[in-house]
Amino acid sequence: MLNEHAKLLALFKQTGEIVGRKKLQKMVYIAQKMNVPFYEKYQLHMFGPYSEELSLRMEEVCQLQFVSEVKEKKAGYQQYRYELSEKGDAFLAMMSLDFPDVSEMLLQMNEQSAKFLELVSTILYFDDLPREEVETKVFKFKAKQNYTNQDMEEAYAYIDQLSEAATTH
Amino acid sequence: MKRLDGKLTEEKVFKDPVHRYIHVNDELIWELIGTKEFQRLRRIRQLGTTFLTFHGAEHTRFNHSLGVYEVMRRMVENLQKKSEWDPDERLVCLASALLHDVGHGPFSHSFEKVFHMDHEKWTRHIILGDTEINAVLQKMGKDFPTKVANVIAKTYDNKLLVSLISSQIDADRMDYLLRDAFYTGVSYGQFDMERLLRVMRPMEDQAVFKHSGMHAVEDYIMSRYQMYWQVYFHPVTRSAEVILSKILHRAKELLADDYPFKITPTHFKSMFNDHVTLKDYLKLDESIILYYFQAWEEEDDPILSDLCLRFMNRRLFKYVECDPGKQMVIWPELKQLFEKIGLNPDYYLVIDSSSDLPYDFYRPGEKDKDERVPIHLLMPNGELKELSRQSDVVEAISGKKRTDHKLYFPKDLLEDESTFPEEKRRIMSLLMSQEG
Repeated sequence: MLNEHAKLLALFKQTGEIVGRKKLQKMVYIAQKMNVPFYEKYQLHMFGPYSEELSLRMEEVCQLQFVSEVKEKKAGYQQYRYELSEKGDAFLAMMSLDFPDVSEMLLQMNEQSAKFLELVSTILYFDDLPREEVETKVFKFKAKQNYTNQDMEEAYAYIDQLSEAATTH
Repeated sequence: MKRLDGKLTEEKVFKDPVHRYIHVNDELIWELIGTKEFQRLRRIRQLGTTFLTFHGAEHTRFNHSLGVYEVMRRMVENLQKKSEWDPDERLVCLASALLHDVGHGPFSHSFEKVFHMDHEKWTRHIILGDTEINAVLQKMGKDFPTKVANVIAKTYDNKLLVSLISSQIDADRMDYLLRDAFYTGVSYGQFDMERLLRVMRPMEDQAVFKHSGMHAVEDYIMSRYQMYWQVYFHPVTRSAEVILSKILHRAKELLADDYPFKITPTHFKSMFNDHVTLKDYLKLDESIILYYFQAWEEEDDPILSDLCLRFMNRRLFKYVECDPGKQMVIWPELKQLFEKIGLNPDYYLVIDSSSDLPYDFYRPGEKDKDERVPIHLLMPNGELKELSRQSDVVEAISGKKRTDHKLYFPKDLLEDESTFPEEKRRIMSLLMSQEG
């Protein structure tokens, strides 16, 4: 019962606080691509892969008070901070969920900026295409983000590092 | 090879109860409709298990796909009057509309959940793989199938074109809202599509709507909202969906344990082993699934046979509203009691949440930060304004709670007190306390 919700709680348990809805969306997508068992459906949207299903599930865990959502004002926009609540922790303990310990990968992701994770997740979204085509797509779709060639190099290096960690965990 | 961008010598029409007529003039579209992969959609219902709640909901993905094509054809005809269109882009657009759902399987939502499949990936495989559809598309040029696949995957360069088929107000939604309302027989799914198409204006990245047409857009938003709560999230339909998913889970589990099925579930084997080929996938339709469900009624496994009997004979689970945050404390006891009376709680005590549903209603999101592009109105001074900031009706419904959880269980078995009467009474009292 509520297994997919519990997986999100397990994610927060391993990462601690996550700041920003975009970052959370991209973290779950990247984890999914690294074979962490999240099954939310993603499609390409304005800022890369986005899952309406994940948004709704997050709304549910927040309404159930399993995750605390704090809204704060930033210059010109709202930012959301998410953290596992005591109630959520108790629920997770009750569920005895079989979820892998991928805290190292998740913590590392959580340290990256949302903009960088947007680039990484967009590259992964096109992972069935050769690198040249992926780069053309990314520069075209993400023109407003002004990613540089160096950003691309870093993103690819990061993906290699994640894939390596994923095969060893 | 002759390029397939010609017109038919005589227009073909399909009589359609929603759009009156569906008009086909292009050779390409006519040939696509005739392919076996497209014809397969006749054997897959558009609304899955909804026919168990609304008996009229027997319409198929075939009807809907033709409908989306027709809406798109009218949309393009209107937009062509307002801006220049490349004739090839017009055909990319029409073919994408027609084929957008070609990867759907039978009861696809449950299948996708249980087997972690994605119909959009199958759509791509069907368009780009060794299929009749691919052969027809190739006649337009080598890169034509990829263009169509990219539009459907939302990765095509022309964002306006993508938005016509997939956005907050698109050809897909316009057709399914009207069609689902018509076939379910509900009266609240109506909106004025012709008016919407007339007030649509093409911009670089999306189509927007003239401010004077705001009330037509409001009607569409209301229709989406009403259909969400009254049809798509209907608790009886959800109950059928819960049982269907549990049948698939059980069959998967039994196959993994080498259970000796009386009839080998050949069509399911590759799916259970996670090695589904395109050929395997295209063989699946609802008749095949229902054939197995009927055969499994006779299986010795009591869970599989009971669930199949329930699905086939509409003996569905009952439900109580549930707040998992408050009531989780009683779940361990409930589970123990279920086990004691011989009911496996993994199959007979199920929570269904709104996030399990593949539909949603319009939510504007936050300015410049939201991932979804909202609906924009084109104001008389040329400015663009987000719909809910102009419309009181849309604002009133767009910030509303959209989460809901229901706990499903076999009430008939719990009310049979010939065995474990005390435990069953205790279970019923715990379940009723879920509703507060």
